Amino acid sequence: MPVTPESQDLLQVRDLSCRRDGRRLFAGLSFALGAGAALQIEGANGAGKTTLLRTLIGSAGDFDGRILWGGSPFPQSLPQLRESLLFIGHRAGVRAGLTPLENLVWYGAGRDDALRALEQVDLFGFEDTLCQELSAGQSRRVALARLYLPQAPRLWILDEPLAALDVAGVSSLQGQMAVHLSRSGSILFTSHQPVALAGLQRIDLAEYAVDEFADEVGGAYAFG
Amino acid sequence: MPSVESLSGIAPAASRAAPGFGALLKVELLLVLRKRADIANPLLFFVTVLALLPLGVGPEPELLARVAPGIIWVMALLATLLSQESLFRSDFEDGTLEQVTLSPQPLYFAVLAKTAVHWLVTGLPLALLSPLLGLMLNLPAAGYLCLFASLLLGSASLSLIGAVGAALTVALRRPGLLLALIVMPLYVPVLIFGTGAVQAAIDGYAYSAQLAILAALLAAAAALAPLAAAGAIRISVDN
Repeated sequence: MPVTPESQDLLQVRDLSCRRDGRRLFAGLSFALGAGAALQIEGANGAGKTTLLRTLIGSAGDFDGRILWGGSPFPQSLPQLRESLLFIGHRAGVRAGLTPLENLVWYGAGRDDALRALEQVDLFGFEDTLCQELSAGQSRRVALARLYLPQAPRLWILDEPLAALDVAGVSSLQGQMAVHLSRSGSILFTSHQPVALAGLQRIDLAEYAVDEFADEVGGAYAFG
Repeated sequence: MPSVESLSGIAPAASRAAPGFGALLKVELLLVLRKRADIANPLLFFVTVLALLPLGVGPEPELLARVAPGIIWVMALLATLLSQESLFRSDFEDGTLEQVTLSPQPLYFAVLAKTAVHWLVTGLPLALLSPLLGLMLNLPAAGYLCLFASLLLGSASLSLIGAVGAALTVALRRPGLLLALIVMPLYVPVLIFGTGAVQAAIDGYAYSAQLAILAALLAAAAALAPLAAAGAIRISVDN
C-alpha cells in the first residue's frame, strides 16, 4: 500500500524498481518518510529488502525511478543524506580487534556517552573486552549501541536490527526507536518480526514483486 | 573530559565528530599491534628466503655480492605483496569498510592511514633489517647506506601501490595470485630505480638521482594511489 507523500517528507521514493545482478526484484514502489515517522519493510528472503536499503543509501546504483532526499533528487542529494544517516547493515561494522568502547569512539562518540550507551545495551562490564571475544548477539549490541548515543543522526536505516537479539534486547531497542521518533527522527528498517511502534507504517515488498519470467523475456528484447 | 552534549534533541549533522587523521592512524596501529603475527610473518619470510639463497646459488662471496641488491629488493617486494592481501579484508568482512564509504568524510584519508600503518609495520622494519641481510649476502660496504635509503623510500611506494590492488580484490574470496598479477607490473619502476641506486652505490657512482626518482615516485603514489584505492573500495563495497 503506497503511502501518500506529504510536503515535509524527508525521504520520498517514487515508482522505484531495483535490480540485483540484472534481475528485477520489485517495481512500482512509492513511499515517503517524514520526520518522526517509522517504516518497516517486510518481504520474504530474496524479496529485495536489503537491496532497497542499499539503494536508498546510495550503495547500489542499479535502479529506476526517483529518490528524493529533502526534496532534491539522487544522486545530487546523496551527500546530504549521508550526513544525517546512521546505517546498520547485515555486517554490523564492529571491528573484532577493538573493544566495544573503542568501536563507539571510532564512530565519533565521546567516552562518557559511549559508556552510557553500552550500559543501555546491557554490555556494562564488557567495554574493555575485545569484540572478537563477544558472542554474536553481544557484538550485534555493540553496533546497536550507536543508536543510543545522544548525537545519533536523524535518519536511521537498519537492516534486520532485531536479528540475534534476545527478548529484553528487542524491547529495549523498540523503546529507543520510540525515543528517536519522539525527537522527530526517522526510521526505516527491515524485519520479519512484528515491531510495536506507534504510527508504524508497513510495506510488504511481495506486493511489488515482478513477474520474473515475463520481465526476463521483455528484458531480453529491450536490452538484447 | 568530553563535553556533555545535549541529551534531548538530535544534534545537527555537522557535529558528528569525524575522526581526524591522527585518530585514524591510532586506531589502525592499535589493530595491527594486536595481531602481531601479521607483522612478523612477512619479515620472517623475507629473512628466511634470503638465508636460503646461498644454499641455492652457491656460497661464492663474489656471486652473492653481485646478486645481493637485486635479490634483496625482489624479496622486499614479495614480502610487501604477501602482507598486503589482508590490508582491507577484515574491514570489508565486518562491514567497517561499508560504514567508511557512507561517512561524509573522504575515503582518501582512511586509505592513507591504513597504508601508512602498513608501511610502518612492514616497509620500515624491512629497511631497518636490510643492512643485516646485506651482510649475510656479502653486499659491498659501499652499498649499505644506499640500500637502506632506497628501501625506506621504495617500500612506502610499494605499500601505496599495493593498496590499490588490495582494494580491487577485497571482495574476492581468494585474491592471492590475482593481486600479484595486478600489482607486480606496477612495482616495476620502483624495483628498477631501487636496484639501480644500490648498484650505482656499489660501483662507486653517485646515486642521488635514483633516490630522487624514488622520492618522486613516492610523492606521486601518495597523491594518486589512495584516490585509486578509494574508488576501488567503492566498487568492491557496492557489489
